[in-house]
Amino acid sequence: MTVEHAQRRTPKVAKTNSVFKKAVMAVTGIIMVLYLIAHVIGNLKAFSGAEAFNSYSGWIRTVGNPALPGETTLWVIRIVLLVAVVAHFWAAVSLWRQAKRARPQGYVTKKATAQSYASRTMRWGGVIIGAFIIYHILDLTLGTVNAEGFDSTPYERLVASFQNPFVTIFYAISVILLGMHLRHGIWSATQTLGQSNRRREKTVSLFAVAFATAITLGFLLVPLSVLFGLID
Amino acid sequence: MTATRHDAPMTSSVGNPGAEKRGMNLTLRIWRQQGPTVKGKMVTYKITDISPDMSFLEMLDVLNEQLIMQGDDPVAFDHDCREGICGMCGVMINGQAHGPQQTTTCQLHMRSFKDGDSIDIEPWRATAFPIIKDLAVDRRAFDRIIQSGGYISVPTGTAPEAHATPVPKADSDAAFDAATCIGCGACVAACPNASSMLFTAAKVTHLGLLPQGQPERNDRVVNMVAQQDREGFGGCTNIGECSASCPKGISMETISRLNHDLLGALRAGARPKS
Amino acid sequence: MSLELFTEGEPIADTKAPTDVPIGERWSERQFRGRLVNPTNRRKMTIIVVGTGLAGGSAAATLGEAGYRVKSFWYQDSPRRAHSVAAQGGINAAKNYRNDGDSVHRLFYDTVKGGDFRSREDNVHRLAEVSVNIIDQCVAQGVPFAREYGGLLDNRSFGGTQVSRTFYARGQTGQQLLYGAYQALERQIAAGSVEQNARTEMLDLIVVDGRARGIVARDLVSGEISTHFADAVVIASGGYGNVFYLSTNAKGSNTTAIWRAHKRGAYFANPCYTQIHPTCIPVKGDYQSKLTLMSESLRNDGRVWVPKERGDDRPANDIPEDERDYYLERLYPSFGNLVPRDIASRQAKNVCDEGRGVGPGGLGVYLDFAEAIKRLGRPAVEAKYGNLFDMYAQITGEDPYVTPMRIFPAVHYTMGGLWVDYDLQSTIPGMFVIGEANFSDHGANRLGASALMQGLADGYFVLPSTISSYLADGPFDKIDESHPAVVEAVQGVQEQTQRLLSINGNRTPASFHRELGQLMWDLCGMERTDEGLRKAIDRIREIRQEFWSNLKVGGDWHSFNQTLEHAGRVADFIELGELMCVDALHRRESCGGHFRAESQTPEGEALRDDENFAYVAAWEWTPEGQPPVLHKENLEYEYVHLAQRSYK
Repeated sequence: MTVEHAQRRTPKVAKTNSVFKKAVMAVTGIIMVLYLIAHVIGNLKAFSGAEAFNSYSGWIRTVGNPALPGETTLWVIRIVLLVAVVAHFWAAVSLWRQAKRARPQGYVTKKATAQSYASRTMRWGGVIIGAFIIYHILDLTLGTVNAEGFDSTPYERLVASFQNPFVTIFYAISVILLGMHLRHGIWSATQTLGQSNRRREKTVSLFAVAFATAITLGFLLVPLSVLFGLID
Repeated sequence: MTATRHDAPMTSSVGNPGAEKRGMNLTLRIWRQQGPTVKGKMVTYKITDISPDMSFLEMLDVLNEQLIMQGDDPVAFDHDCREGICGMCGVMINGQAHGPQQTTTCQLHMRSFKDGDSIDIEPWRATAFPIIKDLAVDRRAFDRIIQSGGYISVPTGTAPEAHATPVPKADSDAAFDAATCIGCGACVAACPNASSMLFTAAKVTHLGLLPQGQPERNDRVVNMVAQQDREGFGGCTNIGECSASCPKGISMETISRLNHDLLGALRAGARPKS
Repeated sequence: MSLELFTEGEPIADTKAPTDVPIGERWSERQFRGRLVNPTNRRKMTIIVVGTGLAGGSAAATLGEAGYRVKSFWYQDSPRRAHSVAAQGGINAAKNYRNDGDSVHRLFYDTVKGGDFRSREDNVHRLAEVSVNIIDQCVAQGVPFAREYGGLLDNRSFGGTQVSRTFYARGQTGQQLLYGAYQALERQIAAGSVEQNARTEMLDLIVVDGRARGIVARDLVSGEISTHFADAVVIASGGYGNVFYLSTNAKGSNTTAIWRAHKRGAYFANPCYTQIHPTCIPVKGDYQSKLTLMSESLRNDGRVWVPKERGDDRPANDIPEDERDYYLERLYPSFGNLVPRDIASRQAKNVCDEGRGVGPGGLGVYLDFAEAIKRLGRPAVEAKYGNLFDMYAQITGEDPYVTPMRIFPAVHYTMGGLWVDYDLQSTIPGMFVIGEANFSDHGANRLGASALMQGLADGYFVLPSTISSYLADGPFDKIDESHPAVVEAVQGVQEQTQRLLSINGNRTPASFHRELGQLMWDLCGMERTDEGLRKAIDRIREIRQEFWSNLKVGGDWHSFNQTLEHAGRVADFIELGELMCVDALHRRESCGGHFRAESQTPEGEALRDDENFAYVAAWEWTPEGQPPVLHKENLEYEYVHLAQRSYK
């Protein structure tokens, strides 16, 4: 048995390295998590009434004025997020394809031993979350698909959307998926960035669960309140 | 290859404690594939009077003895030491690498099954582990990963006195834990991505924890990761199937350590040899 | 002695050890007097190494580093599978880190004595000298030996010695040492100095003009039979314990490489010296395919006992202390449970023969840790032996922390092997034999933790040095496939393969193997008698005849055919089995692992006959129908005084 298997192309730079791709996912994931924290805090302003919510939304657009002109800060955040999303997506797809190539013929019978629901749904869950984000921007940021239209205030769009139970259900499912995505994602990022060890493992897992739950509940609070008439 | 039936008792249980109880009757569905490029399929066999004290491989021996006598092709499977240390054996049993216990296939005993069970037996499946025949696969990709850097360069005769460098017991013990990897491939087989990360990480951890392994630490990790990608293994997504299927219980911590070393090495400018 | 079983030929002797200098200087003197090959010439020379265990792996790596072109062969998928991987206990070295009076001389002395004065002093002394370098080498490779809290290496004592000189890596020392050698080998493969031939089995030796010049091998995947040429051939294919079918060897371990080399002219020395290891898990049923050893280190803390009364079938824990017979402690007060393996095994057989054995069929004795758990606490016992206890529980379904383990002797190691001189060269010039495959260092019984030492000593240090004296005459004339000797060898292999496939009888190779093994165990095992051995020889001849007329092997030879592989190996085991019995029959003394019932002291201990049998029996193969020829190498003891072993 001396015949060697065809050697595959050598990755020239670290960028084609699977661990490097995972690191990209971890770092971009962390950026998005930081944004989510700010986002959920902002959402809770809805409980302070239409004015507070709308002025918060206005403040985001003008923060840094007059030192920075117009919506500079907002655009910086948007660009960073966009780059993060694209990079996260690119790395995910690339690893997904690598995994497909690594096992073109699957098992007739396969049983999971350690895999959690969260880790199993990372890929399709990620796709659904991505689709949700697009809808979410069209709905609440641009108002394109919102009943109130694009010339309404953010608060009006919020209320209009979540009074519709179907929208709220879609939103809730997506946010729960996001929570699961975060639970595995936070643990995974810790591993990928080489920060996990046997001592920390439990703490990291617990933190991931607690954090993911908190974010999920935070995001669910506003739409459910709208649906049940606590906010109108 | 057609399905065959065996109705005759296969073996008596002489010398078996409490041998009065009859052995188990089982239905086996086994992946049969003549060669790497031929299509394979699951074939069903009935097997009777299997003692719970038999090892899984002894059960396959019994089947094969019958197949040979019938003039059928026996099932090819890899095995050697049959004491759980050489890493040569390994099949998917009912969808789990090495079966329902966290051990090697040779150390799995039939007492893990019960009369009337149906057992699906498949080879490891991964592009980097092409099937040779039936349940036997070619795992030389692992050797090539070791070739790319899984060693300490110390030509014979050049070693300093063994006590010249004390090694903290904790480091030495942790290195040992990682070094117990037997290279069976269960991690790859169990991983939804067919990733060899646990195998590579075990070696990176073993050598990286020891003072003797420091000079080559950066190059080692960069080259070994590059080689595992080149072999066509999938990437790691930290799911943990590997560690849960590892007969030696190699921990996920080794993967974190590999990642840590790799990112550090890349920052330090280490690049894989092409 | 029946003339028809063998004839006696000229005596042989080692001519390489410089006996004109004191024993402590012979190895360095030999290295100095030996000829060297300069680095440029090394690149022109090819060396074949068969096997990748501790001996073969370390030799191939070291020869590759030295600049030779090496071709390495193994039958498994990876060199890391070689059965050295399964050695549990440890490796001896005369480091004297414990300051307990150890020295090179003491290790030498213990090994000669442990071998029951049937080994060659020069070789053993060199082994003891080299032992210290092995530890240095392995530590530098990253072998994670057990350490003390101060960061220094830990040692433990092992059967047959009174000093702590055994280095270990939990219960997986062989695995860790092998991976060290394996990684060194893979490094050379990557560097291009070693060519790898995985899943390839040596089936014949090519001898041209009296020199070993290559091998005929079969690719086990494609079935292709190929020839490989070299300037020297190194055989490191391990021992032949699988002649007993059930042994602690790997299923694939076989005698084919050394047996076929033997048939090409290499003498086979002391084939009857087999070691029966006292601490194995007892046999359960007739489906059993192998035996599993529990490291001898268990005897450091475990106490061996059986009930005092015959047929006492109460559960172990219900038998009160004063109704237990700790027979090793009773019979050997100073060594107790740490007597050498042959003694521990035979005493286990004796108590079972008396009807005091425990477990299925009365074939077992207890190895009890209750006292150790009380003394050290369970965590300490777990730390020391955890993996062994787990293994036991896995196999037997019993918890050894709660009920005592049951153990029984099993074939473990073969001290015999191809005859080699001080340079480890066989009687065929250019063919070297290292590790368990040769006969050289252990005499009639091997001490615990000495096999790993010998394998690595041969592979890392001895062979790479001595082979250059031979290669200094090379490179030898080029040969190719058309050479008559090569054509003949290839045809022989093809014919035998074809013959195995064409019999199409009614019995599988495994069935013959099992029958042979049972016969060998019963009549050529722990206790041998004149009558039994003669019966065995007759039976083996019948088995051989039936094998070649009633064998069934399906499939063809040009594919992955594991039944065919097995059949070829069984054919060789049958022939070897006969020679083992002839050797055991001719040696009418007891020594080490060879116990002849006719030769024992009134207390039932092995009784040597130094007057008549202080020699190595080197057997020459003769063609079908002619009895093998015995060549004697006289053993002289200059430094260790011949004495009856006593471990009382």
